[in-house]
Parts: sequence; structure tokens; C-alpha cells
Amino acid sequence: MSPSTPHAKSSGIWGVALAIAWRSLHTYVRRPDLFVPSLIFPLVFFASFAGGLSAVGSIPGFHFPAGYTAFQFVFVLIQSAMFGGLFTGFSLAFDFESGFAKRLMLAAGDRRGIVVGYALVALTRAVITLTFVTTVALISGMRITGDGIDIFGLYGLALLLTLVGYGWAAGIAFRFRSIQAGPLMQTPIFLILFLAPVYVPLNLLSGWIHAVASVNPATAFLDGGRGLISGVHDHTAVAFACALALILLFAVWTLSGLRSAERSA
Amino acid sequence: MNAVLFTQIGVLARRAMLKTLRQPFQLFPIIFFPVILLAVNSSGLHAVTLLPGFPTHSYVTFAIAVAFVQGAMFALINIGTNLAEDIESGFFNRLALTPLRRTALIGGLLVGVAALGAMQSAAYILIGLIAGAHLQAGFAGALVAILLGSLAAVGFGAWGCVAALRTGSGEAVQGLFPLFFVFIFLSSSNLPRQLLRTGWFHTVATWNPISYLIEGFRSLFVFGWDGPALLRGFAVAIGLLLIGLAGITAAMRTRLQRT
Repeated sequence: MSPSTPHAKSSGIWGVALAIAWRSLHTYVRRPDLFVPSLIFPLVFFASFAGGLSAVGSIPGFHFPAGYTAFQFVFVLIQSAMFGGLFTGFSLAFDFESGFAKRLMLAAGDRRGIVVGYALVALTRAVITLTFVTTVALISGMRITGDGIDIFGLYGLALLLTLVGYGWAAGIAFRFRSIQAGPLMQTPIFLILFLAPVYVPLNLLSGWIHAVASVNPATAFLDGGRGLISGVHDHTAVAFACALALILLFAVWTLSGLRSAERSA
Repeated sequence: MNAVLFTQIGVLARRAMLKTLRQPFQLFPIIFFPVILLAVNSSGLHAVTLLPGFPTHSYVTFAIAVAFVQGAMFALINIGTNLAEDIESGFFNRLALTPLRRTALIGGLLVGVAALGAMQSAAYILIGLIAGAHLQAGFAGALVAILLGSLAAVGFGAWGCVAALRTGSGEAVQGLFPLFFVFIFLSSSNLPRQLLRTGWFHTVATWNPISYLIEGFRSLFVFGWDGPALLRGFAVAIGLLLIGLAGITAAMRTRLQRT
């Protein structure tokens, strides 16, 4: 179908995107097996790290103005944001496996709308999770010493990272079109996040983990996020630059994946 | 009669072991995930050894215990998924129609898991020692760690069997894994209980039986021979097994009635 036909106009990028977003979000909120784990797991991480490791805040050389809870909250926020994108990649892969995405590709006037639609789903899912995690963190007594603009920046960074996670996972989903590729989506993001200064700042890491964390973009995300929540900025510009560069890179990766799916169809 | 039963259990145990050993996607997480997490945590949390009251100067010595429990939890997934596959494919029903004793049907699987649990525990000890962990209890302590690892794997494996027999679905069994993983997160896996300063977390970790299983393994590496810690570790593993066996007995009754 040519993009210039009347039908194509009505089902252009945004028409397709909004239809997909509505359908996927509808499914998401009506299925507790999808909805509940996406809220519970960040909480478990938060409880385990902020609660179980609170003594880490007393290690000589550890100075974080907003306290250890806020220090760990940023990790959980960034992890939840990236995994929000990643799990949307799972949904896309599942839709391919069930045949729904193939029918969608036949019906969509502009197939780039599929990419945009699932990106909207990822962002909305991330907003729900981030709101929930933030509420629990505030109730548990987390201190925020950054100002309003800093916090706006922190959540802006988190949403950009949702798109990074989504871009990576969607590229895999379009290429493999099977939920079997789940570990391939999940493992690299999991490793990149945990090879960053998760528990203590970079200066308290030593050995191989220090060397790896020093060149890991996730370190910039964590430093940037922790700088924003505490108001003592650290690598903020680097964090945003890395996130934007990765979004561009993964946009190309996802769109080339879409072409691959089109060819196979 | 006993000789026949042992032969039946032996054949099914061998099959269960080979089924796991021949599938890299089942074997890989058993070794890969605990070792990666050990490497990341022991490097990232090395600084906590500076905390007053931390029992050792080597975090890898402290953290290696968690690998045994994670490995045992993978036994739950592997045995549960394999049994669910057998149920889904109809193999379990065909077995149930043969003169095989009911005890052998599940006993064979659990003996296979025990052998795998012992093998994976030996692998963790070896990897831990290469990574710089100290085994304070020496060679005899290694044997006890292997025994406890094997028992813990059978204990968790029994729960995997219950899930498989109840649901008959591999997907449902896989869904149990995160649930059990939460117990590791909410335990004394990263710090000793006396250093868990957040009140509610200390309470949860104290009530969480997985803390005692981890501390049983940990005692051999950090303290040498600590009777109460070992006793509690074995009690948790045996408790898991007994509850699991009771669950299997009840689930088998329903499953075989359907057959």
C-alpha cells in the first residue's frame, strides 16, 4: 500500500502507533501476570539494596549527601526504566510468536508506526513503574537534596533510558520474532547495569570491576542520576549525551530489524 | 523387591542427570549466573569488609555461600521443567502405566538432582578457591559443603516436582524461579545479620529460612566448624525436602488419578 493513499493517511505513523499503544496498554493493565511483577521486582531490588545494604553508607570514603537510600534508589530507577523498555521488547516478540505482529505488519499503512507504538507502550509502562517505585521510596523516608529542575532531569534521563532498553530489545525482537530470544535481550542490559558502581561509588571500587566500570556507559547514567537527586552534579552532560547517542544507534538497529522482519514476511 | 526399586531409581536418576547435562541451556545458568553474580558482588561490595564487625577481609569468601543456594534453586527449575515436559509429552503417563514403582517415578528424578547438586557444589568450591576464597574448614569442610549443596538441591528440586505435578506446565515452573529468588534478596546474602541496620529488613532476614541455609555454607568458609550454623543450614535443607516430599505425595495422588 502506498503511503499516499487515503487509507494510508488515516493509518500513518501516528495512527498505527496510537492504536498499538492503546491495545498493548489495555492488555498490560488487565493482565496481573504482566502488571504485578513489573511493579514488584523493582521494589524487591530497592528493599534488598537500600534496606539490606544500608550499612554500606558507613564505609570510610562513602559520602553521598542524600544518603544511601537515595543512592540505591537511582540504581533501581534506572534499572526499572531500562527494563520497562526491555519488557516491551518481550511483548513485541510475543506478538510475533502469536502471529499478531505479522497481521499488524500486513495492516499497517506505515510500519514505522509499529516501532513508535511499542515505544509509547514502553514509555507509559515506565511511567507507571517509576511513579510506583518513587512513591514507595518517599514513604520509606528517602531524602532528595536536588532541586525541582534536577528531579525533572532525573526522570527525563530515566525515560531516555527506557527508550535505550526498548531500542535494543525491539531490534532483537524484529530479527528473531520469538520470545526464545528473551535472554539475548535481557542479559547484556543486566550485565551492563551490574558492571557499574551499583553498591558503592566508582572511587570505592578496585581491581577489574573498577576498570570495567570506568568505561561502562551505565556508570555515567548512575553518576548522572545520583548527581541529580543529590544536587551535586556528576557527569550529568555525559549521561544525557550517552543516552541520546544510544537512542540514535538503537533507532537504526530497530528500523533495520523492522526491514529484516518485512523481508522475511 | 528392594533391588528392583533401586534399579528403577538408578535408571531414572541416570536419565534425569543426562537430560540436564546434555542440554547446555540448562547447564549454563547453573554455573554461569552464580559465578557472574559472585564476581560482580565480590568486586562491587569488597569495600564492606572495612565495616567494623565484618567477619572476614575477603568478600569472595563471605559471598561464595550464595552461589550454592542459587545453584540449588536452579535445580528446582531444571527438575520441574523436565518433569513438566514429560507430563506435557505424555511420557510420564506412559511410565505410570508400566510396572514401575510410584516411589521410583519421582525418587529417580530426586536422586539425579542430588548427584547434580553435588557436582555443582564441587564446581563452586573449585571456582571460589581459584577466585581467592578461603575454605576455613579444610577438605572435610568441602565434603560437608558438597553434602549440604546436594541436600539443598534435592530440597528445592522436590518443590519443582510439586509445581510440575500440580500444573503440568514448564512455563508455570519457570514462573516460580523469581519468587524463590526474592528469598535470597531478602536474606543475609550480602551482609551478616548483625550488620543489617534497617530494622524491618533485619526482621525479615531473621525469619527467612534461606538466611540460615546461606549461613550454614558460609560458616564452613569463614569460621571453620560452627555447629549451630551448620545444624540450622541442614535443618532448612531437610525441612525444604520434607515439605516438598509431602507436596509430591499429595500431587502424585491427583496426577495419577487423572492418568
